[in-house]
Amino acid sequence: MDVIPKWADAILIPLISILLAFIISALVILAIGEDPVRALQLMVQGTFGNSAGIGFMLFYATNFIFTGLAVAIAFHARLFNIGGEGQATLGGLGVALVCLSLPWPHWTLALPAALIGGALFGAFWALIPAYLQAKRGSHIVITTIMFNFIASAVMVYLLVEVLKPAGSMDPASPRFPEGAHLPRMSDILGAVGIPFSDAAPVNVSFFVALLACYLFWLLVWRTRLGYEIRAYGQSESAARYAGISPTRIILITMLISGALAGAMAINNVMAAERLVLNSVEGAGFIGIAVALMGRSHPFGVLLASLLFGFLVQGGAEIDFWTNIPRELIVVIQALVILFTGALDNMVRMPLAKVFLMLRKREG
Amino acid sequence: MSFIKTALGSAAALAVLAGAALAEPALMYDLGGKFDKSFNEAAYNGAQRWAEETGESYQEIEVTAEAQRVQFATRLAEAGYNPIVVLGFQNAATVEEVAPKYPDTKFAIIDVSWLDIPNLQQISFAEHEGSYLVGMLAAMASKSGTVGFIGGMDVPLIRHFACGYAQGAKAVNPDINVVANMTGTTPAAWNDPVKGGELTKGQISQGADVVYAAAGGTGVGVLQAAADGNILSIGVDSNQNYLHPGKVLTSMLKRVDNAVYDVFKNGVDGFEPGVMTMGLDNDGVGYALDEYNEALITDEMKAAVDDAKAKIIAGDIEVVSYYANDSCPALDF
Repeated sequence: MDVIPKWADAILIPLISILLAFIISALVILAIGEDPVRALQLMVQGTFGNSAGIGFMLFYATNFIFTGLAVAIAFHARLFNIGGEGQATLGGLGVALVCLSLPWPHWTLALPAALIGGALFGAFWALIPAYLQAKRGSHIVITTIMFNFIASAVMVYLLVEVLKPAGSMDPASPRFPEGAHLPRMSDILGAVGIPFSDAAPVNVSFFVALLACYLFWLLVWRTRLGYEIRAYGQSESAARYAGISPTRIILITMLISGALAGAMAINNVMAAERLVLNSVEGAGFIGIAVALMGRSHPFGVLLASLLFGFLVQGGAEIDFWTNIPRELIVVIQALVILFTGALDNMVRMPLAKVFLMLRKREG
Repeated sequence: MSFIKTALGSAAALAVLAGAALAEPALMYDLGGKFDKSFNEAAYNGAQRWAEETGESYQEIEVTAEAQRVQFATRLAEAGYNPIVVLGFQNAATVEEVAPKYPDTKFAIIDVSWLDIPNLQQISFAEHEGSYLVGMLAAMASKSGTVGFIGGMDVPLIRHFACGYAQGAKAVNPDINVVANMTGTTPAAWNDPVKGGELTKGQISQGADVVYAAAGGTGVGVLQAAADGNILSIGVDSNQNYLHPGKVLTSMLKRVDNAVYDVFKNGVDGFEPGVMTMGLDNDGVGYALDEYNEALITDEMKAAVDDAKAKIIAGDIEVVSYYANDSCPALDF
């Protein structure tokens, strides 16, 4: 019997968790002698006070949506893909190779091609750990995290030895051709007469991310494959009894997961118009927190991504205007992850008691 | 309602802050952090020196993500800071994008020399020349005939350091064995003293008795492991001789502090656009000699290095730059 109503499970618990995280963060800020109210004001003002702030929040959120969905699809099959970082890194390589390979005439052609390139490379990077899990029983947590390191090593080699233009000091690929330039939010909204700052790198990829959320929902809850993935995640033996091949589900789920992580590169690499070292910057790991917080549901992932986008952008504002060290901003993010992901039951159990009491009173 | 009021209040406070900031200089650190005991910290020291001497203040900001580079540089320019010093070659694309949008703001960038923007001063360092000198010292101090190099990431800038070092060591002893290792493949490599220490122990077991660290904060671990293992080490960027007196052979000085100090001191009026190369001739790079290492540097060593320094300045010795053709005559990567 579900004691907690669905709406409370989806909204109330995360909200209370975030509130607790912010209260403890405020205490930490007080402890180092800074003003937590001003810090919160700066975060809110710096993010929602102008369109550039909103743009940066959406830019970061776009990355987190892709990696969050990547982790979420794997969660549905009870696979823990912590290799989003490496898969997104390889996705960046795929996007860069596609963008550099042809003098693209227009972004409408370049974007789908780059999306496919990034997704293929990301999927490839997830395929090897998936195969090892399915056929050899090597635990996917271990193999995916190891593949993160291999990915960064591959990138250093490729950028320093192969892709770097001769004589350049900067280990980065050449600039992508003009035709691979994605329209930014300022161009899109400007076309319909809404002014938006062109300082923020948020671009058409945000809408691709929203589309990915919708397709994710369709796949998981409206297709046969999605049903099989969920069935396998709920019980491997029951799924096997029902004629679902575990090998097939592990491979397909991880391919989708890797492709989603790799697809993130259309945002961070294609918008930057060149491939640099460490282009993912931890988004693969934040995706884990996003998926946990979003309960592996695309709408939850979207909301959690927006929250983390806000934390990154707001954190930058605190960094800019106060003496609060930037390590503390990481502490705040960590507290949010801790409360929403790891300490879920701490909120859930008292809340269940409250709902039980209410129900008894009604009865 | 009260929230909107406070939000407006803080916006007003920001506006006042921005107004007060007019003509204050600003410093934007590169990834790796302000207190890396190395590149960024040298810049910080220069800015601090300026602030202490003039009693004025400056704005500073640490970049923590790629997307923030342009964001922060734009914010600094918009808030009216002038001049703005930007650190690191990875910000070349940043100033390329931001500087032309703010033609009245003076920008300076360290470690970049190939841009062409009228309101930009580019300051590059001849690290290979300084590394050549410490390479000579390493070879002269080495008894085993093996010297080590520990870099941060395997990127061109660090190969540039290693290449000068190997050339210097081989100029003293053509048969010397130069062992080079890189710490890692992610930016964590610039701040991983534990790994630096492990690599140092590895190089000691390969026979190295002098180790040169060009790895940002990782170098602290290299110097520590070298001191523990009773071999000599060479610091980088800032003078790190004091960290382990009598154990640090010398430090390859890269006077980023002087560069930042000069830009701040010259201010908007004394701003000089164009490219400035800081080499041995204008003490932009060099080796550190102070009370902590004077017992380690003999008179013959000092004479040999000072002679080489004069010859490099005069052009009699040519230290090949790794950038010249993406390869090094003295070391394979």
